[in-house]
Amino acid sequence: MDAPDLALIWSYLAREPLLWLTATLTAFWMADRLSAAAGRAPWANPVLGAVILLSVVLTLTGTPYADYFAGAQFVHFMLGPAVVALAVPLWQARARVRAAALPVAAALVAGSVAGIGTALAVASAFGVPPEVLAALAPKSATAPVAIGIAERLGGAPTLAAVLALTTGMIGAVVATPLLNALRLTDWRARGFATGVAAHGLGTARAFQVNETAGAFAGLGMGLNAILTAILAPWALALFR
Amino acid sequence: MIPALAIILAFQLGGEAAARATGLPVPGPVLGMIALVAALTAFPRLGATLAAAAQAILSALTLFFVPAGVGVVAHLGVLRDAGPALALALVVSTVAAIAAGALVFAAVARITGKGA
Repeated sequence: MDAPDLALIWSYLAREPLLWLTATLTAFWMADRLSAAAGRAPWANPVLGAVILLSVVLTLTGTPYADYFAGAQFVHFMLGPAVVALAVPLWQARARVRAAALPVAAALVAGSVAGIGTALAVASAFGVPPEVLAALAPKSATAPVAIGIAERLGGAPTLAAVLALTTGMIGAVVATPLLNALRLTDWRARGFATGVAAHGLGTARAFQVNETAGAFAGLGMGLNAILTAILAPWALALFR
Repeated sequence: MIPALAIILAFQLGGEAAARATGLPVPGPVLGMIALVAALTAFPRLGATLAAAAQAILSALTLFFVPAGVGVVAHLGVLRDAGPALALALVVSTVAAIAAGALVFAAVARITGKGA
């Protein structure tokens, strides 16, 4: 009996969803351990780490993204239920929201409009093409929502995900020094603005700094997911 | 767990159907989330059914971004051409959004007399 042909085994595995599903979970696990080892510093983001790791593996093995996605789609699918599940923490925070309803509403509109408007203004001033603007417009919304909005606007969903993730990381890094420079001491204001601008990654950062800031960041993320879905198509129409 | 998952998926399904039926630019899951907040407000007992499953799903939220993020390999051309402009747009807009949101929140909280 011949020794099993490694090339045959590889070509079998590469056709099956199991390989890239396993690779996705393993890469995230490794990146998450790295992030923990780095003391959860904002730059040591596990999503970024896993994306870099998998991108290198795909490039080295010459695997097209479509083949990778055939396996990874099972993980990607969970983004939809996750957005629906955001309803639960949002509903649980209802008492706090009611108490600060006016500041919350005003800050939501200000943060959302400022984020979408300046992003599209800067990018279109530098001649970024319209289909890329469509992926940029929803970047302050949490990635699953940004992906859904970009798809509806004719932007590439994967580019929208990358831009949203980058926004989240920038927000997590700049929030504390920026808010200190503005001499703002209200933890609700600091957290809420960070959640509106930098969704889940900003929220995770806010929870590290202060519990109240974290709760209001989660609220900001949830509300801006809704407002961005409404504002982004209008804002995009102004810039193209 | 299973009733909770069935309810969450049913709200997503309803949201997707409503988004397609109405042609709204809002993604189906966002409509599902809005409907679920309304359902929780009307039937608070639903909260106990959903809490554990929602927390389990949301605790793994960052993992779910990875497959779409890996899509960056399909956009290296775009990022080479528009990369610096996009990076500048992301930094400027994130700083502007945080500053505007926080300043407006603090100002309105002061005016309405509910400052921290």
